[in-house]
Amino acid sequence: MELSGARILLESLVREGVEVIFGFPGGAVIDIYHQIPNYPIKHILVRHEQGAIHAADGYARAKGRTGVCLVTSGPGATNAVTGIATAYMDSIPVVIFTGQVPTALIGNDAFQEVDIVGITRPCTKHNYLVKDVAKLAHTIKEAFFLAASGRPGPVLVDLPKDVMQAVCEYAYPKKISMRSYNPHYEPNPRQVKKVAELIRQAKAPLLYAGGGVISSNAHKELVWLAQNFRIPVTATLMGLGCFPAHDPLWLGMLGMHGTFAANHAISNCDLLLAVGARFDDRVTGKISHFAQKAQIVHIDIDPTSIQKNVPVQVPIVADCRLFLMALKKELEICVSEKTCPPQSDRWIDQIVEWKAKHPRRYTPSDTLIKPQFVIEVMNKLTKGRAIITTEVGQNQMWAAQFYDFAEPRTILTSGGLGTMGYGFPAAIGAQMAFPDKLVIDVAGDGSIQMNIQEMATAVCYGLPVKIVILNNGYLGMVRQWQELFYAKNYCATCLDASPDFVKLAEAYGAAGYRITDPAKVESTLKKAFANGKTTIVDIAIDPEENVYPMVPAGKSLTEMILV
Amino acid sequence: MRHILSVLVENEPGVLSRVSGLFSGRGFNIETLNVAPTLEEGLSIMTITTSGEEAIIEQIIKQLRKLVTVVKVVDLTELKAVERETMLIKIDADGDKRAEILRIVDIFRCKIIDVSPEDLIVECTGDTGKIAALINMLSRYGIKEIARTGTVAMRRGMQ
Repeated sequence: MELSGARILLESLVREGVEVIFGFPGGAVIDIYHQIPNYPIKHILVRHEQGAIHAADGYARAKGRTGVCLVTSGPGATNAVTGIATAYMDSIPVVIFTGQVPTALIGNDAFQEVDIVGITRPCTKHNYLVKDVAKLAHTIKEAFFLAASGRPGPVLVDLPKDVMQAVCEYAYPKKISMRSYNPHYEPNPRQVKKVAELIRQAKAPLLYAGGGVISSNAHKELVWLAQNFRIPVTATLMGLGCFPAHDPLWLGMLGMHGTFAANHAISNCDLLLAVGARFDDRVTGKISHFAQKAQIVHIDIDPTSIQKNVPVQVPIVADCRLFLMALKKELEICVSEKTCPPQSDRWIDQIVEWKAKHPRRYTPSDTLIKPQFVIEVMNKLTKGRAIITTEVGQNQMWAAQFYDFAEPRTILTSGGLGTMGYGFPAAIGAQMAFPDKLVIDVAGDGSIQMNIQEMATAVCYGLPVKIVILNNGYLGMVRQWQELFYAKNYCATCLDASPDFVKLAEAYGAAGYRITDPAKVESTLKKAFANGKTTIVDIAIDPEENVYPMVPAGKSLTEMILV
Repeated sequence: MRHILSVLVENEPGVLSRVSGLFSGRGFNIETLNVAPTLEEGLSIMTITTSGEEAIIEQIIKQLRKLVTVVKVVDLTELKAVERETMLIKIDADGDKRAEILRIVDIFRCKIIDVSPEDLIVECTGDTGKIAALINMLSRYGIKEIARTGTVAMRRGMQ
């Protein structure tokens, strides 16, 4: 069957099971758009390419499948770069198709030409420029294979216009093998035995779970291990949802804005099981003081993560789920025969004591709306089962701290890159993945304005995404740092002249609510969550509320500023 | 410590910039880099000399292996390997200097590959030490130009 490049692309997307693509057209990709109506693929037209890539990313995180984004050459491609870097830092499988000027013009500084393969080399897992239509199908297959296998990540495919017009015989490869790419999934059995033995001997074990648990779908195995061996669990921002927050073994998030209990557990455990986490600086605090009393076991699919920031005693390169399954096999006998050495209560008692001494808290108020209170109300109304996306800054931390995530893939947040403007388009992607679920973007008045234009997208496709703006009139997290470490010099963090968000919502054809009275928070949110429409809820919060606890940058995890 | 890495890569556009970009982006240091095709079509060999603490070298090797276009990375430093570099060096050689220079070139077992009334071009092959020694010896006569290939290295056969 002879097909044009554009049709080869779309035909291949159908075979990859792609149901939806997020995109924005332009001269270099018209040939592709010309064919889209002929294929069973839904195209979501965004209002800015950054929205397209974040939406594809949000779709991928919520659904656990590869997201797809299509943009034109030049500015279309460069506008997507922030979103590509966001997906790269958080290991999210996305395939990005960019238009390119015709091959004969490449390098000529043609209209809307940019070397996007060069630009995105350091922020993609891999990227391609397809110069020959005969290689197109194979390249697409490779791109999808690379994006989702091993440590997932974004893969970009640059498509010159003439390649989209050229015709060739189409055959989609069924399988793919690459001599230079063989991710290692199976754990080394000797290492697994060693970990089993360490767990049996540990007096104060701790699980430290990261995004790898979510991306490898290892949460059930993690819960089994924690519950059967009474191992307390803490998670990174990316790992939230991997362990039910109502379980007594749950410590909450660790790190810079982690809980007192989690950070003290890290500093006092004798065995630290790091599963799919990468010892990021926001997690470890002062590295020389991190988990000093512990033997560290580190499981990660990516060998470069291991021994990068922290020296570990037991390194294991493996898929987190396969590792935890192998470990379960190793430990099952002693669970069923009850021959495991009984763990003393001392460690658990200690954890309980820490939790009781400094639980998550804030100073409530009858007159000012506290942001933490808003998240608590959201938690109550949704029972921890909504999909929460966040922007970046204080709103992100309050959502992470005060929402009790019950399931994996329910918090979508830019953890690594910290991209303001991520949450709303990601919510659009998540709502496309789960049309019937409640999807809420927890935003600040600063970050929401970074991709507010996607209101039109949400309204256009009837997506009932909820945006809850914790409006303090500041770029709050930077202001908090200025307050604490820069002599209250609030330079450039005061947001004067923000729009009237209710009117803005209405102008877009969405619903808008404004809350200024703490007594109205619950009733208004309830109404907003049930109205079935794209909705902004603008909440005037205590303007100088801070995120606590906080470990100042460069300090050890136990040197926390508490409420 | 100085390490010599032998990196087998897919010979395709952009592979050099993927490797060099990795070094610059992560703050690793490249001393020399040499690329040439192998006998197997589609594969090239890169020889990279770099230096750093063991943990850094371990990161460099892992990061190189992570690149999709890299097939294989071998740290030749840990193995018995021979290394060579070729240098062309143009020296000011007029008048009575010439005889002395020729004697040095002879002692270093190098070759004169170009002669003109003012200068000589010497071709020298050896390990880094020999190259440095020759430069040192010739510098007093006035070096006009130097071109070096960078190190290439190969694991020794079984003995």
